[in-house]
Amino acid sequence: MRKPLSIIAGAVALGLVLAGCSTTPSSDPDNANQVEVFTWWASGSEKVGLDALVKVFEEQNPDAEFINASVAGGAGSNAKAALASRLEANNPPDTFQAHAGAELTDYINAGQLQDLSSFFQENGLTDVFPESLIERITVDGAIYSVPSNIHRANVVWANTQVLTDAGIDPMTAPADIDAWLVDLKKLKDAGVETPLALGTEWTQMQLFENVLIADLGAEDYSGLWTGDTAWDSAGVETAIAHYGELLEYTNSDFAGLDWDAATQIVLDGNAAYNVMGDWAESAFQQAGWTYDNEYTTWATPGTDGVFDFLADSFTLSVGAPHEAAAIDWLTTISSAEGQKAFNLAKGSIPARTDTVASDYPAYQQTAIKSFGEDTVVSSLAHGAAASIAWSGDISSAIGKFGADRDAASLLDGLVAAADKAQG
Amino acid sequence: MKKGYKNWGPPLLLVAPTIVIIGIFVYGLIGANISVSLSNRNSLLPATEFVGLDNYFALFAEERFIHSLQNLGVFTVFFIGGTMIFGFLWAWMLDKGVTAEGVFRSVFLFPMAISFVASGVVWRWLLNSAEGDRASGLNRIFEIMGLDFLQNAWWSEPGWGMAAIALPAIWQLAGYVMALFLSGFRGIPEELREAARMDGATEWKLYRYVIFPQLSPVALSALIIVGHMSLKVFDLIMAITKSIYQTEVPATYLWVALTANDYAKSATIATILLLFVAVVIVPYLIYTARAEKRQR
Repeated sequence: MRKPLSIIAGAVALGLVLAGCSTTPSSDPDNANQVEVFTWWASGSEKVGLDALVKVFEEQNPDAEFINASVAGGAGSNAKAALASRLEANNPPDTFQAHAGAELTDYINAGQLQDLSSFFQENGLTDVFPESLIERITVDGAIYSVPSNIHRANVVWANTQVLTDAGIDPMTAPADIDAWLVDLKKLKDAGVETPLALGTEWTQMQLFENVLIADLGAEDYSGLWTGDTAWDSAGVETAIAHYGELLEYTNSDFAGLDWDAATQIVLDGNAAYNVMGDWAESAFQQAGWTYDNEYTTWATPGTDGVFDFLADSFTLSVGAPHEAAAIDWLTTISSAEGQKAFNLAKGSIPARTDTVASDYPAYQQTAIKSFGEDTVVSSLAHGAAASIAWSGDISSAIGKFGADRDAASLLDGLVAAADKAQG
Repeated sequence: MKKGYKNWGPPLLLVAPTIVIIGIFVYGLIGANISVSLSNRNSLLPATEFVGLDNYFALFAEERFIHSLQNLGVFTVFFIGGTMIFGFLWAWMLDKGVTAEGVFRSVFLFPMAISFVASGVVWRWLLNSAEGDRASGLNRIFEIMGLDFLQNAWWSEPGWGMAAIALPAIWQLAGYVMALFLSGFRGIPEELREAARMDGATEWKLYRYVIFPQLSPVALSALIIVGHMSLKVFDLIMAITKSIYQTEVPATYLWVALTANDYAKSATIATILLLFVAVVIVPYLIYTARAEKRQR
């Protein structure tokens, strides 16, 4: 009786040991051809995009061995937690994904990222990326990440049928927020109960940042994040008033809806507009709608000529075990070929201005055109404009406003958040 | 001397691994957590100095944290009240004697087998706050039944919204409280009831002076178990609303602070939560330890 038990126990123990040395390739600091890339692109179009990128990378670097260190779940929050503990333990991946812009602040301050400005010079990236984008991602004269794909956050997605029924021309955008409010009222009077579809806290934050850009203009909006524009200025107060009016036209259940559920209200014809980033394009594609026919898009009223950007980007860790290979990876990402492969699969647009627009679907063509011509500003809701802690405080103030509609308290919250962050 | 060692040596050796592991992974980490909460580790940078209770003062001065405590308070009151009332009511009815008691017992207990996350996903839809044409979930049912006036914003309601979040929690745990009370009822010897009736006690007096006093230890355990679960609530809220201001409780705020790399703040919230739970649990432990001593 005793013997068989001990044999089983031994077998189990052996199994555990074997499972420990599993077959997935692990990073070996002595193997210079390896590159370990940390992302949260583990499913859907993002995974397809990453695979396409890896294919280009392996064509350009036949000897290289790509180690996929992706962590799934939680829209990147799981990955960020895993990354933080690896960085803490001085065991960084060679390169990791992060939102371009202010979300990198914490890593930069902690001295975990290498300055890539010489990389940008050598590869001529300063010439092919829009100047205003370079400006946005430069911190104290240094650049710490290479953008792989660009999304636009100031886009209104409009249901043309609903607008035509209410006697509004869907193809011309209202000139500013006031004109837009007139149209929203017209829609409501025509029987569209909730003309503007809205979702959970971060989509509210995105709508609010759109109103800020519209009321302040690109320059003053960017100044909010550098301290050049005061948060208790008249412009911000106007924006809060406008935002409060816009909320009157939204669906009452917004706090509980994710962005796709909000976009669905437009698809169902219960709302005319939805302000959303351009990942919403895939929802309209899946519904089989054609651009400028069943639906159309324009820049949020008052933000024409401004491109509210957010981007995924890749960094170079301090103490990266395979630095040379990691630079090869960054080269692939920033190359015209790599950006095309990735963005066609993911549905975003390349950061390079030398993109051939005709390779892309209809909506992306408009985005590529604006990206080349417009002033680029940083999106708040997606980590480009403010550090994580700061945007968390703003998000909480906006969520509170969504419940109590107390404009004075929102302004106080915004000012307090800015004071704390810039303190 | 040698005999003494032989007495306590082997048992100690046997439990030593447990003591070491619990010492490191429970008490050691609680200590580490408290020490982070007393430092200025508010970013990815390592802590540079000891700041005493500054993090605690800052947190209690924050409108946002107070709001999360209020939410937790509303949730706890409704959660505990709901589970205790329904649990007791069901147990009492079952104890009165029903046909197919086993079926009812299982029906009431089953929700407990579901994780908070899974039921949260369903309740997210049931508690959708849209009314009228786009109504779904409970609001839709009310509309179909012609009870339109019952439609409401559920957890989107400022102030008392957290009571709506308590609904799924009550639904899940009332059955468990019922099981506790039922075993309490069954533990009361029939002779006691008979004796009381012989003495001419009315039904109400029988409950008031005979049954309830016998049930109070069970009620206390139920209160402690449900109470400490309520203070820690996290998964249910994340599944129903995600981490948003309106339904923020200390545990979800802790998570937000952690993802913003503010380690000191999240450690502070964690310590406060631990203290809250300790306030509930420690008196109970002392009480049961004393009760056990008395029995010996």
